[in-house]
Amino acid sequence: MAKAECTPKWNTLALRNRKTCPTPEKSFQTTFTPVSKDKNSQTAGLLAGGDTQSSNGPSGQFVARGSIESPSKVLLMLVAGLSFSTRLYKLTEPPHVCWDETHFGKMGSYYINRTFFFDVHPPLGKMLIGLAGYMSGYNGTFPFIKPGDKYENQNYWGMRGFCAVLGSFLPIFAYLIVLELSNSCTAAIIAATLLIFDTGCITISQYILLDPILMFFIMAAVLSMVKFNQQRYRSFTASWWFWLVLTGINLAGALGVKFVGLFVIVLVGLNTIGDLWRLLGDMSLSLVDIAKHFLARAFALILLPLILYVTIFAVHFVVLNKSGPGDGFFSSAFQSRLIGNNLHNASMPEYLAFGSTVTIKNLRIAGGYLHSHWHLYPEGVGARQQQVTAYLHKDYNNLWVVHRQQDNNSQSGNPDLVRHGDIVRLEHKETTRNLHSHLHEAPLTKKHFQVTGYGINGTGDANDLWQMEVCGGRKGDPVKVLRSKVRFLHRATGCVLYSSGKTLPKWGWEQIEVTCSPYLKETPSSQWNIEDHINPKLPNISLSVLKPNFLEILLESHIVMFRGNSGLKPKDNEMNSKPWHWPINYQGLRFSGVNATEYRVYLLGNPVVWWINLASLGLYFTMVAVASIATQRGFSLGQQRIEHSLVLVRGGGLLMLGWLLHYAPFFTMGRILYFHHYFPAMLFSSMLTGLTLDILFRSADLLLHPPYSYWFQRTGQLLLLFSILYSFYLFHPLSYGMTGPLAHEPGSAMAGLKWMDSWEF
Amino acid sequence: SWWFQKMLQLPLVVTAQVDLLLVLVSLLAFWTRLSHLSYPNAVVFDEVYYGQFVSLYMKRVFFIDDSGPPLGHMILAFGAYLGGFDGNFVWNRIGAEYPTTVNVWSLRLLPALCGALCVPLVYLLTLELKFSHLSALGAAVLLLLENSLIVQSRFMLLESVLIFFVLLAFFSYLRFHNAPSSSWSRYIWLILSGVSCGAVVGVKYMGLFSYLLLLVVASLHTWKLIGDKTISHVSLDFLIVSYPAFSWQTLLLQNVCVQCVHRVLCLVVVPVLLYVFWFYVHLSFLNRSGPHDQLMSSAFQASLQGGLSRITRGQPLEVAYGSQVTLRSSVSQPIPCWLHSHKVNYPIRYDNGRGSSHQQQVTCYPFKDVNNWWIIKDPGRQQLVVDTPPRPVRHGDVIQLVHGMTSRFLNSHDVAAPMSPHTQEVSGYIDFNVSMPAQNLWRVDISNREAESEVWKTILSEVRLVHVNTSAVLKLSGVPLPDWGFRQLEVVADKLFKAHSSSLEWTVEEHRYGTSQEQKEREAELHSPTHIDVDRKISFWAKFVELQWKMLTVKQEESEHKYSSSPLEWITMETNIAYWLHSSTNAQIHLIGNPVSWGVGNLSLLAYQLLAVVYLLRRRRGLKDVPDGVWDQFVCLGCVCVGGWLVNFVPFLLMDKTLFLYHYLPALCYLYLLSPALLEHAHTHLLRYAHQLQHSLTHQRALCVGALAVLLSIFLTYRTFCPLTYGSPELSAHQLQGLKWRDTWDILYRRR
Repeated sequence: MAKAECTPKWNTLALRNRKTCPTPEKSFQTTFTPVSKDKNSQTAGLLAGGDTQSSNGPSGQFVARGSIESPSKVLLMLVAGLSFSTRLYKLTEPPHVCWDETHFGKMGSYYINRTFFFDVHPPLGKMLIGLAGYMSGYNGTFPFIKPGDKYENQNYWGMRGFCAVLGSFLPIFAYLIVLELSNSCTAAIIAATLLIFDTGCITISQYILLDPILMFFIMAAVLSMVKFNQQRYRSFTASWWFWLVLTGINLAGALGVKFVGLFVIVLVGLNTIGDLWRLLGDMSLSLVDIAKHFLARAFALILLPLILYVTIFAVHFVVLNKSGPGDGFFSSAFQSRLIGNNLHNASMPEYLAFGSTVTIKNLRIAGGYLHSHWHLYPEGVGARQQQVTAYLHKDYNNLWVVHRQQDNNSQSGNPDLVRHGDIVRLEHKETTRNLHSHLHEAPLTKKHFQVTGYGINGTGDANDLWQMEVCGGRKGDPVKVLRSKVRFLHRATGCVLYSSGKTLPKWGWEQIEVTCSPYLKETPSSQWNIEDHINPKLPNISLSVLKPNFLEILLESHIVMFRGNSGLKPKDNEMNSKPWHWPINYQGLRFSGVNATEYRVYLLGNPVVWWINLASLGLYFTMVAVASIATQRGFSLGQQRIEHSLVLVRGGGLLMLGWLLHYAPFFTMGRILYFHHYFPAMLFSSMLTGLTLDILFRSADLLLHPPYSYWFQRTGQLLLLFSILYSFYLFHPLSYGMTGPLAHEPGSAMAGLKWMDSWEF
Repeated sequence: SWWFQKMLQLPLVVTAQVDLLLVLVSLLAFWTRLSHLSYPNAVVFDEVYYGQFVSLYMKRVFFIDDSGPPLGHMILAFGAYLGGFDGNFVWNRIGAEYPTTVNVWSLRLLPALCGALCVPLVYLLTLELKFSHLSALGAAVLLLLENSLIVQSRFMLLESVLIFFVLLAFFSYLRFHNAPSSSWSRYIWLILSGVSCGAVVGVKYMGLFSYLLLLVVASLHTWKLIGDKTISHVSLDFLIVSYPAFSWQTLLLQNVCVQCVHRVLCLVVVPVLLYVFWFYVHLSFLNRSGPHDQLMSSAFQASLQGGLSRITRGQPLEVAYGSQVTLRSSVSQPIPCWLHSHKVNYPIRYDNGRGSSHQQQVTCYPFKDVNNWWIIKDPGRQQLVVDTPPRPVRHGDVIQLVHGMTSRFLNSHDVAAPMSPHTQEVSGYIDFNVSMPAQNLWRVDISNREAESEVWKTILSEVRLVHVNTSAVLKLSGVPLPDWGFRQLEVVADKLFKAHSSSLEWTVEEHRYGTSQEQKEREAELHSPTHIDVDRKISFWAKFVELQWKMLTVKQEESEHKYSSSPLEWITMETNIAYWLHSSTNAQIHLIGNPVSWGVGNLSLLAYQLLAVVYLLRRRRGLKDVPDGVWDQFVCLGCVCVGGWLVNFVPFLLMDKTLFLYHYLPALCYLYLLSPALLEHAHTHLLRYAHQLQHSLTHQRALCVGALAVLLSIFLTYRTFCPLTYGSPELSAHQLQGLKWRDTWDILYRRR
């Protein structure tokens, strides 16, 4: 069906392009534009790339063309139709949780239930998923425990459908972007076709994931930026403002979904800097005009996105007001906001006393609770005593009992309060070991000393003694629960209890290292507060903890997110995807199913599409090199060639920059990487392919004489279309699901299609 | 005598121009870097690290060092060779005294020479950047009086060598660029530049970034050359009218082409070839087996004298039915190991309650052992000896593997493996009559085959053993087994067919043709050493690729060092490094820079960037503050100096390594190159144009006085820190306290 629809479209294009060659604007209009709104659309748009038009007065200012002519409108409808139908087809299959749906579906449910959670990504994507679920009647009760869980009769189609609809916009945006940049329908159609029939793009759009939402905002931002660029000779008109503000809104959206949105912000930023640089060189503009331009951009591209971004977080914090699984990552003050948290409207003894059971929280953001457990430091890491770590989750092993220097149990009626300067011994409640330090180097921070759990039933040695000091306090001040910042000075060595923030290796259960630092600097890392405080002998007093203001919450949640992101290190045994794997489509991701009996979906790009993209990257560089050397050497080129090389260098350059920005940074990232991280870059790569191949086909007359060159052009386009469609036909089971034997067995639907050994279907 | 008289009447003239300033700074540089070079007569800081490699060079023992390519180590080793060092010194701790047999002076000579030569090079480089002799002198003095550079050049360390080659590369390239295009001698400079680039990358990987910067500068120049239409403007018009003029165009183009080709040859091909050449020298020199053998493949090890080659020499090449083999896993992480089995069964139930097959354990064992021997059996025949002639095993053949000592068959089945329950257990098959049939057929899959029916070769072939019944692949999971498995490594069969994982590959390491049919005889045979005839060689390229790959991928456990620091701390010199402390007195050597010069460098970096931004914005608005020629000079200065600083600093911010202050020294040199030149620019252009004429003179004078004052204070600071730079004289604890200019510096004093 797809084939039948597409072939005539390509033929109409063919007709158009042939006529376009000799005198583009004339023949074009006579053939096709009885209703064209803009008279000089075709060439004007091409030349608008140059600075030459700027000083042509009012007539020159109206050259921004309405690029939506009637044939391209038809094509646009076609692209939209194909795009939606490929993405929405078999949307509800498989009816179980696939891959990361277990995270994002769950987080969507948290929004519906208003439960606080922690995630390394900003909240917009999950909020939208939650909203989509809410609107479509999902009640947030499905637990999303692990991939493969059956949805039964839950309304999951709304969330998937929302993602798929956003995903369906990608080819449409690609079409419009390439049309703007190259002013060629053929190029735009090639780009859109590549994306429509890419199995990877289809698969990643069909599930409850952040990627389709992210890519929607990225592409929308690029599209509005390109549209804005076309408005450059109509400064401060309504449409100019519209596209500028829309760019800003989309940037905020992209950043609000994932931090990867930062890359598109850099892209827009660089483009804006180039734009301002051009304006600065325009001597017809006064400095005041330039300042206006600058301020307009600063408002729409910096201030507005920032406000929106902050608003997203404000909504996030207002909606999520119940205690949930993410509490422990945040400071005590933060937790007191959450209904159901034990610090919310807390009531506990106000002053710390000897004999109390407490949890001790590090003041550094995401610093964790002082923790110990029944495991020893491994051999070769300091003394072989019990580990002491900092742990982010709430747990019985976080409980410590405060003792005096000597006595083990205080019997008297009213326990004594702990005061500034008192010597204490901290006994771990579960294991009855004392908090201990000695002159061995710490496991990771070699400049510090090791902290261990030592002794049994509270009997240890002199190295178990710590002097408790309230920061900014004087001798005799009591220690206030939650509100006092305290530090623990080790009596014997003079060092201070410190959380280094480094993640211990596997033997330490990937918890955070705790050391004793000989440098007595006052940093949050060496300061702690008492969070839970249990002492039945003291009266409980309701504490209204200082509630943090919004900016503090915002800052804290960002630091926690960044910590979380950089903490996602690859595990030793786990298969780690490398960035160089991605453009060659080396290995995909299992979305669902492993064995022959299961319903399998495999995220893998359509290899033909991806390899065409890869080849086009090389082709692009060659063509740009040839074109720019020819220009630099001063060869006389025809008008048409000059236009082509301008499109290559300007439009192609923008797309190439986008590809680089969304791809190159991954090489420097230490965190764990997955195949799907490449998809934003892949969008840019496909658009570049459309632009490059189109110009390649059109440059056939460099080698061949007119009738042959035209045939070559046609054949090339048809061959390209055919190979994309046929490969889609071959590989569509990857996206739409397959059952039965695996590919290396003859009976499989994918038999003979395992072109690379590394593909796992 | 008449002839002699005639001779005397002829004028004997030698005209020589000697830049006395240059000679003077060079002499001073040699004096500061080379005097008392053999003091302290003890191992200083990283000498302990490089020293071990120097010793290994002297003994020609193979090693891998992931810190950098081999040229740097070779230069150090060459110095040691000149001094007659025999490699007999244990480099085990900083501060250990050198025995009298070690010629310390020669060990440290080459880095010190390189460090000294940096000073005149900076002088010359400033001249090539088209600044005055006075600026050149300023740059040379800054470098000359920089305590950290002095410390770093006076010991057996590599930074000064790196800096020397970087400066040489830039200097000779600019020499080439500035020379008139007619002279042919300028190509000598281009070649020299290429050679230095090869050396830069050969000394440290960080040099790569400086090399790339040079390439960028060179390609910008080449791009201008391509755009140079001085002749072609005329001929282009002719091109349309008359055909003969076309040859003009071609000629010029050819000329441009030839020039481009020269540049590519000298600046790209020469460095790449040289880089490979360093490895060629390295590998042909180090031909004995040593401590790092285990990291390399069996084929590589076999090419070294001693070690594995002593065992494997003379083994039959082709694995045949009846061969007795040991199978080594291709993974060397966590440690290299061999497929192993022993007379102990898997426990019936594991600690977590899961059940096992209770058949014989199959593991991977990191030591040579008689239980590592396996016999390759044809499933269709009973015999365990090799036929005459031997029937080789080929890719795709199905075999059985019999454990030599226990005669159990290598078996796998649908039972979860002990530590990795998602994979299948591998066992030595015992029939317990519990309807668990033997599944002991394995298909040989040679993954590095060249032909479809390739024969399985000892050492060379990387083989996958595919279980015929389940198509799972024999795999080293690498997880240590608990006590019941004697902490040996777990071996499993994994169904997930991941083509790239080297944990699936096995190589035959020891190999002989079995001759004894009886079990008792066979056991005796297995205990006997393998026989010996010829040794095998692998090509240089294979060795080069393997070594380079291992060097880039071997990750040593990175841990924090007491004196390590983060890149941002370098700019303000937050930390120092204690290099050496006398064993009984307070005499000590620290890596501490000259704080005044350091500040001057940072200031000029900031000033340049500010100035550049102002210039750029104003030029864009058509306001040309300086003439075009001066602007070009200014841009060129920025490209080399600020660019050089960036490429030598920014990469460290992205690195996940333990870093030290000395990593900043190359970047620092660029700042010292920048400061005087920028000052000159300000003096001649900024002050002249920015103010009215009568004021400018006073401003210029003030600038000169200021510069002199700064130079003086630099000299005084240098003097102040000299005791920590040269390690003598010894200072009292009080004086040392006075030198602690920053709280974060760690200066040691003995309590007496």
